[in-house]
Amino acid sequence: METLYYLSIRASRLLLVFIGLSIIIFVIARLVPGDPARISLGPLATQEQVTELREKMGLDKPLVSQYGQYVYNLFQGDMGESTLTNRPVLTDLQQALPATLELVIVAVMFTAIIGLPLGLFAAYRPNGWLDQVTRVTSLVGVVTPSFLLAIILQLMASMNWFDLPVTERISSNLDAMPSYTGLLLIDSLINVRFDVFIDSFQHLLLPAFALSAAGIAQVMRITRSSMIEFSHRDHVDTLRACGVPQKLIHFKYLLRLSTAAPLTILGLEFASLIGNAFVVEMVFSWPGVASYGVRSILHKDFNAVVGVVLISGVFFIVANLVIDFIIGLIDPRITQKGK
Amino acid sequence: MNNNEPRLPNGLDEFSMTTASKQYSNIGRAWYRFSRNYAAVIGLIIVCSVILMAIFAPLIAPNPEHAGSFVNFRARHLAPSWEHWMGTDNVGRDIFSRVIFGYQVSLALVVGVLSLSVPIGVLLGIVAAYAGGWVEQTIMRFNDMLLAVPPLALALAITSILEPSLINAMIAISFLWWNWHCRLIYQLAKSIVTEDFVEAAKLSGASHWHIITKEILPNCVAAISVKTTLDAGFVILFGATLSFLGLGVQPPTPDLGTMVSTGSNYLPEYWWEAIMPGLAILYIILGFNLLGDGLRDFFDVEV
Repeated sequence: METLYYLSIRASRLLLVFIGLSIIIFVIARLVPGDPARISLGPLATQEQVTELREKMGLDKPLVSQYGQYVYNLFQGDMGESTLTNRPVLTDLQQALPATLELVIVAVMFTAIIGLPLGLFAAYRPNGWLDQVTRVTSLVGVVTPSFLLAIILQLMASMNWFDLPVTERISSNLDAMPSYTGLLLIDSLINVRFDVFIDSFQHLLLPAFALSAAGIAQVMRITRSSMIEFSHRDHVDTLRACGVPQKLIHFKYLLRLSTAAPLTILGLEFASLIGNAFVVEMVFSWPGVASYGVRSILHKDFNAVVGVVLISGVFFIVANLVIDFIIGLIDPRITQKGK
Repeated sequence: MNNNEPRLPNGLDEFSMTTASKQYSNIGRAWYRFSRNYAAVIGLIIVCSVILMAIFAPLIAPNPEHAGSFVNFRARHLAPSWEHWMGTDNVGRDIFSRVIFGYQVSLALVVGVLSLSVPIGVLLGIVAAYAGGWVEQTIMRFNDMLLAVPPLALALAITSILEPSLINAMIAISFLWWNWHCRLIYQLAKSIVTEDFVEAAKLSGASHWHIITKEILPNCVAAISVKTTLDAGFVILFGATLSFLGLGVQPPTPDLGTMVSTGSNYLPEYWWEAIMPGLAILYIILGFNLLGDGLRDFFDVEV
């Protein structure tokens, strides 16, 4: 019950954030110099055609009523039409979203699966060899631009250091299968197609790693420092004084205490993760939201731009809600704090 | 790095304790304490080397004329050699020369972004903490809102609307950057405004401006300087990402991100064209990070 209360407060606050965000994005997108109707029709269109399209797009009305119209349409699942693909933005996004979702989810899993244990073991013996190694790796991870890492990974693959695909989501020679979720990993399991599962997982490995490197480094650092900080608390000292083995203290009692901090960081990392997804998708020709976003930005397709920014905002907000929920499960004290 | 060493109070250290007879200036002592942290010193050296390279670019670069739109097809795609340390690019320009001039652009971006966003963020943070009430709510909720947008997505949207260029990249990044400083300084100032000396200043009739600039601000300087140093690296990273996507500095101005992006078209045969500028970006970000971490340990502040 308390958890629900806590979550509902967070959710209502995030709703406000979302409304504000949509206003900012909308205003920015409408400030485009140059007439979007003109851009969409090309230089050869007549003035009448442009005026007609302006009326159709609602560009002749004041900004406030344009926003009202936009929100009204949004709630009916209509994000306007893309001037680049001439299709509803929502359809385009629906097509692109699963690819990005799959990439980001796998990257987050990498971050948690690699980052947490490394931080955990590094903190077991502070300043031991493993700690030194992870310290240097995490520094490298934080300062390496994700596009550089992506390029280096591609280069290594092309030099046959490892045999992994470097473009697209799936090999083209595989038979098609019915799609339910759009997430290839899950679809292939539903259809019992292990060849597709393995193939798409191989395609995911390099982009997901390039995407997660910075997050791994952050989570590793925070886990380590959080573990070390908690290891000097009174109750932990008591455990030690009672003769509880160090291993048990470290991997059972301390672990639970110190996972809240890295999880919070993981939530914040989502923002940069989505940002980096833009770059990684470009490098690996990943057919996701980010490549769609970059393309629409370069073509000043503002319905699509607004759609992409909104969807990434929603994604970020939902991810943080989920993480808040998990943190609440691990550390019930946090949910009590709000009262 | 120094966290595990026992620290003596009041900035004293073993050196000044053991050789107490000698008189050391504060700066000398501070430098001594700073220089014990090797990582920070390496960071300082890297940052200084980049700044010097950028300032004296026309003198240091082996081929200064290659910074612009120079073409020499006979020398295109040359591998790194004694003559061209980082090889040459797709139109035969010396990459090392272009990297040095690229540092000018990167540093200009850092200076531009930080001198726009840090004062705004710091001022708004202190004002929010000091004023309280609806001012605080407005500033901090707007801040929350900006934090919910993936920064790159918003920056991409802004730069694309404003036409990609160095100045517009600066504006876009500053628009996103001030809120981190605002948040940090807000939390810090929130704990300072309740201190006795602020109360004392209020009681003695000091103006709001005096309290903000003379009482609260000086207590935030350490945190601001650490955060700004750490940020410098990330601003460069961010700017490079923007220009990698084609939304930053436009050619022929040499820009490290653009160079990586152009060079990546010639992978894998001519790998140096993408990797070398990439490593140059990594070098400068590494420098600012090491220096920032060192300063954080030095001032012992949380950022």
